[in-house]
Amino acid sequence: MMSRLVAQIGYPLAGVAFILAAWVFVCWAGNLPTVVLPTPDKVFYAFIARFDLLVSEGWVTLKETLYGFLLALVIGLPMAVAVANSRPLNLMFYPLLIGLQSVPKVALAPIVLVWLGTGMESKLAIVWLVAFFPIIVDTVAGLRSTPRELLELADSLRASRLQIFLKVQFPAALPFVITGAKVAITLAVIGAVIGEFVGSSEGLGFLLLSATSQLDTPLAFAALFALSVLGMFVYLLVELAERLAAPWLPPPSQRH
Amino acid sequence: MDRPHLETLTIEPQMAFGSIKNVSKIFSAGELLSRSAEPVVALDDASFDFEQGQLVSLLGPSGCGKTTLLRIVAGLIPKTSGSVVIGDHEVVEPLGDYGFVFQSPSLMPWRTVIDNVLFPMEILKRNNKAARQRAGELLELVGLSGFVGARPHQLSGGMQQRVALCRALIHAPQLLLMDEPFGALDELTRMEMNDLLLRIRRETGASVLFVTHSISEAIYLSDKVIVFSRRPARVAQEIPIDLPYPRSQRTRFTPAFTQAERIASEALGVLPPVDEKGTPS
Repeated sequence: MMSRLVAQIGYPLAGVAFILAAWVFVCWAGNLPTVVLPTPDKVFYAFIARFDLLVSEGWVTLKETLYGFLLALVIGLPMAVAVANSRPLNLMFYPLLIGLQSVPKVALAPIVLVWLGTGMESKLAIVWLVAFFPIIVDTVAGLRSTPRELLELADSLRASRLQIFLKVQFPAALPFVITGAKVAITLAVIGAVIGEFVGSSEGLGFLLLSATSQLDTPLAFAALFALSVLGMFVYLLVELAERLAAPWLPPPSQRH
Repeated sequence: MDRPHLETLTIEPQMAFGSIKNVSKIFSAGELLSRSAEPVVALDDASFDFEQGQLVSLLGPSGCGKTTLLRIVAGLIPKTSGSVVIGDHEVVEPLGDYGFVFQSPSLMPWRTVIDNVLFPMEILKRNNKAARQRAGELLELVGLSGFVGARPHQLSGGMQQRVALCRALIHAPQLLLMDEPFGALDELTRMEMNDLLLRIRRETGASVLFVTHSISEAIYLSDKVIVFSRRPARVAQEIPIDLPYPRSQRTRFTPAFTQAERIASEALGVLPPVDEKGTPS
């Protein structure tokens, strides 16, 4: 019991302590100015002193991330269902989707900004672009890999197409949808930050950029830290949704 | 129903419950996963009958087309020629009145054990209180009454297959189709499942078509064994099994059982035939 506690908490903490020590050592040994690499205590101080600013800018980035992600779900899922169940649609769009997946969507950010301006709309569009593909591609793959026996069982009972979809095909595809959503939410944060980098007047990405341009590196690091917290938070939200939607899946730590 | 019709029915000779006549199946090139360039004859002119309440085994080498025949009887895939009549119906599409047991349990991981059993009742829109009660009784019959609310991944392979058996029986189907249902189980579990199936038949009177490649399993369970040749599957021999009921594992050591095993082995071509004096020819 005690040794498990040490393993689960002690070792990760030791890892963090090691990194912090290495960080302090590099600052001290290299005699680096704060503007290049601030010491951890300065970053911590900036984080506390500018906490209100980080929260308000973080709130903007959080909204962009979540709304864009939800938009990707709302549009991606029905399209996945259509593509997976219609042979013509599948032949028309599935290769296209796979091909488009390899396009670096963030490279489209400047163009999206030209189209939609520097407000919320362009951020939503960029987040949607990066989150949409993993969701639709994984969902289509899940819907098309329903175990053959379950389909035959349903067929032998003369199940309707709707029954097959609701009771067999979709629940069987749910683990794939969740996998896609986890990739999508991670990309969504990146999409939001890129959108803010390219043109924005608010958000953590904007804060990071303006802090570095003012040589306020401790604040930039504090913003980076806030972004990591935000990323973990939205990922945990998706995991929570997974627990609610698919309580039958073994917990993520026990897979593989 | 009017009277003249009834009279004509009584004049006709007694029809078998299930009748498979001259059924052939040719998979066209590209229809199979293997994408062979040539059409594949999976089943060649198969015919046999069976009575209500009988268990008939389809015995043959792996991949010989027995499973294809089972899917044709189920109406899941079309036949190339011939006719399949079950009850009073020519089977051209699923009748919605079969129980299916596959080689893998094929349970739904997102459902509890009892909800897996009730799946057919949901599809047939008969999922009521009586159905739940019957599901409970079936699970008790297979010795799983303590696992009603468990998830499939918490059960062993043999237990999962027992749940699958309950799922196949819940809607009291007129015919049970079993596709090597115990093939993936270890020998001891398989014997237990054989006895369980015999008991279920005694209590439900279900008619069963049972695909297997185990000679002794086929004989132990069946009223009749249909032996298939290698692909393309032809009916090599029909072997009636007259072993008395109730059967138990001791039945396997009776002379009649050994005799049936010898006949089936010869029909499968795994024993060289012998001449009248008993010497190998």
